[in-house]
This record gives sequence, C-alpha cells and structure tokens, in this order.
Amino acid sequence: MLSGILAFIALASFFGLVLGLASVLFKVESSPVVDKIDALLPQTQCGQCSFAGCHPYAEAIAAGEAPINLCPPGGDNLIQSLADLLDVEVLQMDADEDANQGPTVAVIIEDTCIGCTLCIQACPVDAILGAAKQMHTVIESECTGCELCLAPCPVDCIEMIPVKQTVKNWRWPAPQYNANNQAAETIFTTLDHVLAENAKP
Amino acid sequence: MKQSIKKNQTQQSLADSIKAGLYKLWSFPGGIKLPGNKSQSNHQPITSAKTARQLVIPLNQHIGQAAEPVVQVGDKVLKGQVLGHAHGIISAPVHASGSGIVTAIEERPIPHPSGLSALCVVIDTDDYEQCVEYTPLIRENKVSEAQAGETRENSADEQSITALSNEQINSQIADAGIVGLGGALFPAAAKLHTAEKMHTDTLIINAAECEPYITCDDVLMRYRPEEVILGILLIKKVVGAKKCLIGIEDNKPEAYEALLSAISGYTHAHKTAQTEPQIEIIPVPARYPAGGEKQLIQVLTGKEVPSRGLPMDIGIICHNVATAAAVYQAVYRGEPLISRIVTITGGAVKVPQNMEVPIGTPIRDVLTQAGLNEEKIEKVIMGGPMMGFALPSIDIPVTKATNCLLISEKDELTTPPPAMPCIRCARCSDSCPMSLLPQQMYLYAKSRELDKLQEYNLFDCIECGCCSYACPSNIPLVQYYRYAKNEINNKTQERNKADLARKRHEFREERLEKAKLAKAEAARLRKEKLAKKKALDAEKAKQEEAKEASSDDKSDSTASEKSAANTTAANSADLIQEAIARAKIKKAQQQSQRKNTENLTEDQQNQIDEANERRSKNSQIE
Ligand code: SF4
Ligand code: SF4
Repeated sequence: MLSGILAFIALASFFGLVLGLASVLFKVESSPVVDKIDALLPQTQCGQCSFAGCHPYAEAIAAGEAPINLCPPGGDNLIQSLADLLDVEVLQMDADEDANQGPTVAVIIEDTCIGCTLCIQACPVDAILGAAKQMHTVIESECTGCELCLAPCPVDCIEMIPVKQTVKNWRWPAPQYNANNQAAETIFTTLDHVLAENAKP
Repeated sequence: MKQSIKKNQTQQSLADSIKAGLYKLWSFPGGIKLPGNKSQSNHQPITSAKTARQLVIPLNQHIGQAAEPVVQVGDKVLKGQVLGHAHGIISAPVHASGSGIVTAIEERPIPHPSGLSALCVVIDTDDYEQCVEYTPLIRENKVSEAQAGETRENSADEQSITALSNEQINSQIADAGIVGLGGALFPAAAKLHTAEKMHTDTLIINAAECEPYITCDDVLMRYRPEEVILGILLIKKVVGAKKCLIGIEDNKPEAYEALLSAISGYTHAHKTAQTEPQIEIIPVPARYPAGGEKQLIQVLTGKEVPSRGLPMDIGIICHNVATAAAVYQAVYRGEPLISRIVTITGGAVKVPQNMEVPIGTPIRDVLTQAGLNEEKIEKVIMGGPMMGFALPSIDIPVTKATNCLLISEKDELTTPPPAMPCIRCARCSDSCPMSLLPQQMYLYAKSRELDKLQEYNLFDCIECGCCSYACPSNIPLVQYYRYAKNEINNKTQERNKADLARKRHEFREERLEKAKLAKAEAARLRKEKLAKKKALDAEKAKQEEAKEASSDDKSDSTASEKSAANTTAANSADLIQEAIARAKIKKAQQQSQRKNTENLTEDQQNQIDEANERRSKNSQIE
C-alpha cells in the first residue's frame, strides 16, 4: 500500500519535473496557429486589413478578433485557405471591387524625385534605395506592391504599375470548355482530340 | 511501285528481326496507336528556304536565361555572327542567320502558346549572304564522297575525333548555341557537361519521332545519315558512354536503312583504326508516345526513370538525332545553329515538305514558299497535333523549337465537342504512359486541391495528351494538368516571395527596434551626464554661496562690531570699505576662475554660437 503510493508519487513528481523542464527548454516562441496563419498571408505588409502588418493581423485572426476576409492582396484564394486551415466558413471579401487588380509594383519617376527619403521610411520591406537629396529607386523584385510609399511622397512621384506579363511568368488559363466559349478555345486549343475522327474505325 | 515493294520488304525484315529476338525490347505502359500522316511530307529531299527580307531572332530560344545582346541597332552583322552571348550557366548564345543590318532590338511576338512578345534582334538582310569565317575542329570530308561509298582516306577522321579533348568539343557545342532540338530546348553543352561528370554509360539517341505529321528527323536521317552518325560519335565521346542505342520507330524503314549503311560505311572506312563505332540501331514498335524520353528509355533498356528524376540518375543520357546533326555541323564545319529542318504539312499546304529554314524567318515566308491554299487554312499549329499549340498569327519567326508547322484545313482536325462529365471508365489511366491516374488528377485539378494533385504525381505527367485523346467524355484533361502545374508553381513562387518579404519586414522591424533602443540609451546617457553636471554645478554654487556667506558674515560681524562699538567712526568706515573691496576682489577672482569663456576670439565665439543653435534645433526636433 505505502510502497504503491510512494511509487506513484515518485512517478508523478518525476514526470512533472520532466514536463516542467520540457516546457521551459522547448518553449514555443509564438503560438503555432499564428505562424500557420502568417504563413498563408501574402506578406505585403500593406495594412489594408487595418492592422499594422501581416503578423499582427494573423495574431488577431488567431485570437478571434478579426474576420478572415480583410486581406485584399490575398484575395479569395487566401480566404479559402484560411477557411480550410481554421475550419470556418468562407466569407465574401470585405473590400472595394477594384481593390485587387492583380500584382503591381511601385516605380519612382526619377525626374520628379527630390530625394526626401520619406518613402524609404514608409517601405515595410526596405525595397527603396536612396539617400537624402539623391534620387531614389524601387527594387522591383523586393516590392510587395503595398502602396504605403505613395502617401508620404511630397511630390507624388511614385506610381503603381502592373507587373509586366512576359513569356516567363505567363500561365495557362483555367480550362473552360463549353460549346459557346469560342474565345477561350481559339487561344489554347491544343488539339488533343484532333485525331479522334481519324482513329475511329 | 518498286519503292513500295522495297519498303515492304524492309519493314518485313525489321519485324522479323524483332520477332526473331535479335533485339530484346521492353515496353512502356499505356500509349495509343495513332495514324501517322507522315507520308505526305517525307518523300521529297530537304529543300532550303529562301533568305527572308527581314529576320526576327528571339534572344531566348532555349530553357534558361535569355542571351545578352551584344550588337547594337545599326550594326552590320554577318551570317553566323553572335547576336547574344549566353547569360548564366543554363543559357545558349544566339547567332545571326543571315547578313545585313540590325534595325531593331525590341519586343516582337514569338511562337509561344501565350502569343506574348519577347526581346528579339531584327535584321534587314542584304543580298550578299556574307558569312563569318567558321573555325571547324575537324576538316570535313566531302559528304558526297561518303555517300558514293568510296573508301575515304579518313582514318584520320576517327583519330581526329579521339584527338579532340572533351572540353574542346563541348565549348564548340556551347559556342554554336546548340539546344535540344527534340523539343526540350535544353542547352546541349550544359547537359553534356553534367552527363560527363555523372559517369553516364549509355547514350540513347531519340529517332522515334512518334507524333503524327512530323517528319523532320525522318528526312534528316534519310538524307544526311553520315552527319547524324558522326555527331553521335562526338556526343558519345564527350559523355564517355560505353554504348549507344538509336531508338527509331519501325515506320521509318528508309531512315533505318540509311543509318545502317552510314554506320557500315563508317566501319568500312575505319577498318585501319580497328575501332567499332558501337552504335546499335533499334527499331521500336510505333506507338505514341514512344518518342517520349522516359518511354524510349523504358523500351530500350527496361529501366524506368525515377519519379521527378532525370535519365542521368540511372546512367543514361538521351539526345535527339537533330541535336547530333547540329553537333556535327558545329565541330566539322564550325557552323553555329542558325537553321533547322521544319516539316511543313497539313491539308492547306500545296506541297508538304521538309525545309531547312534559317532561324528567324517569318512563318509567313516559309508557308508562301511551300504554297498555301489561303482559303483552306483553318489553324496553324506549331509542333504536332498532340503536343503542339495553335499560333495566333503567322507573322512570327521560326525558332530553334519549330520542328513542324501544321496547317490544317477545315475538317482535317476535329474541334473538340463540349466536355461531358467523367464517367470513370478508366480509359485515360489505361492509356497513360506514365502510369498516372488521370481521372483522379482531373477531379482534384477541377476542385483546385493542389496538394492532392502532387500526391498523385502530377509533375510526372509529360503532357502527352493520350488521356484526353482516349477520354470518351472529351474532357480536355491535359489542359487541366497544365493549368494545375502552373498554379502550383505560381503558388510556390508567391510563397517564396512572401517569405522573402516577411524576412525583410522582420529585419526592418528589428533594425528599427534596435535604432529606437540605441536612441533611448543615448538619450538616457545624455540625461545622466546633464544631471551629473547639474549636480556638480549646484554643489559648486553651494560652496560658493557658503564662502560668500562666510565672508559676508565676517564683514557683517566686523561692521556690527564697529557699529556696536560706535567708536572711531572713520576707522570703522575705512574698515568697511576695505572689507567690501576685499569681498569684491574675491568675487571677481572667483568669477574669473569659473568662466574660461571670456577673452574668446571672434571665431571661437561664432563656433560656439553655431553649436548652440544646432543643439537647440536638435532638441526641438526631438
Ligand atoms: S477517360 Fe474520361 S470519362 Fe473515362 S475515366 Fe478518364 S476522365 Fe473519366
Ligand atoms: S497527359 Fe499526362 S496524365 Fe495524360 S496520359 Fe499523358 S502522361 Fe498520363
């Protein structure tokens, strides 16, 4: 009887110790849900969700303080994947219709730039290069298209342009096959069926 | 008539030899039997295209980075001159295919399913056809002599191949801008270089040409077999392969014979050197897609290329016959890849044929030369009917990728009827040469379940089109797979970009945080210093006060004594005066001690003023 109780106390304290140590040693820095949500967000850092960047928004979603439909750059795809991840209902995008017009990048009109460095301070990903009274420029590959640099510019010399479509970034369109969709058909008919007639006996 | 009998005989003998077990062949799963439609275009010898008035040469005609242009608008260029250098490891140079003046370097439409434009060098040709001087590695023996079967004095030939170093051959191939002409467009030199390092033991030459209508490789083998064989020997030397297998579909008996006699001619001529070329030509049953790289390997060797792997992983390298011929031209003639054989066929073409076309020739010129029934044209397809794509216009240039131009007449190629629902008949999976599950992948592609698609090995799909062809519901399956592959790649790219953005953002936050801390620290230090100074000042002031007070006390007390004594007034007044004067002197002394800023020069004063101004400004900003 006594030995049994002692044994259990010993076991309990041993495991308690192990668990306690483990929770200290292998401490997870931030909540895994937040990280998972953050991994889905587009990291534009634009703040259109009314939070100060993607990570704060992820935290808010995880805490149940924000709905999943506040991110225009993520679009419907993001809502879908967030709904899948969190097992909640898919919502309609909460933004203006024209909010998401495909990827864009900022360009600085070099003639007008006065080198005030205000846009550099605004860029959330350090994608603008320049120094005081020197012309600035946007590193295109780093620009997330968040538009945060537009407002601070005192001479309005930053413009958003759509990312140029080239042979390299072109994508096959989604197949839409129906009898009256001629337009789609002419562009990407691959004639998979073309020989069907010949082959049939 | 005679010809056809002969043809039948050869085919018979081929079939016999297969039956007799001369060649041990394996097989690949699935595949479909397609009508060849090759006889229209493979009977005439190769014609050559007239030089076009204007050549439009895209700078990216290969997989990898586009070439960097090295000519400028207004430059005069010669035929064979480099227009763009290779840029990066996986890239290939681009050469002028005619002489003339560069009139533009700009974006022009190129043959691509998107119909988009890319950077091209535009050359207005002159009539002189001036060529740069080519520097072949081996002097060429007249091909006509070889064809006549004369014993060539070219045992030197074999020796010269062995005398060449691999680097020499490979750099010649790289400089010639040779890419995989079978359709992959992978820069040949890069591929050979890797194969050389990976100890590849088998070289497989793809001469299957399984897609209907296309005959450019067929005629190449028929009319220039020596070039093909010598090219193969060069490739074989570079990769260090022990054996070489040429896989050819059994519907090309003439090409088979031509290659055989070229090999025996070669062995005959090189008896003295006592070397066997060790090239085996193996006819494979015609079944689409026998010419797929992985399928051909499977048929010839029985080995399967691992999922998402390369043939090199199992010690095999695969090249196309046309690539071999291009290698020959580069090494024996020093000629870069500036033209290719294009099959022009289809119901709307008056004389279906194979034409050697300089790269950059507008497709319109090529078609005009072949004769076109304009009113009959329905579609212009680049590539074959299974894997090719419709061109949006014919005012785009021929590139290294253009193996076939199929101009279909109305009703020649049926337009797919609307798709019906999948009935799960499994005909698609029965026909899939990669043993995939097309119907499953179709469902997931439709519902955009991208992870599931990857689980079903979407990326092993070679987009051969067998499944769509077999599907009784006319579902455009391949389009779904292409679309899904694009989506997945897109997602990965976006993910990578987002990760980069996150990293940069986090770094920025950290940097700002650090800057803020540093500032706060600096401010704290300043404050402390200030406080210390204040304390010091206060102490000094106190001391001073104390001193002053004591001296005052003294004077007061003396004064009071005097007044209290009320005696000798004059004396006392003197004393007071004295005391005051003493105190004054002392004060003055003390003051002069405290202030070292008196008696400053004007310059110093200015400096101090400026500094003060700056300081006050700073504090305002803060
Ligand atoms: S062949 Fe077509 S209908 Fe049959 S299972 Fe495959 S996709 Fe479905
Ligand atoms: S297109 Fe892809 S899935 Fe369809 S048969 Fe060919 S390899 Fe299989």
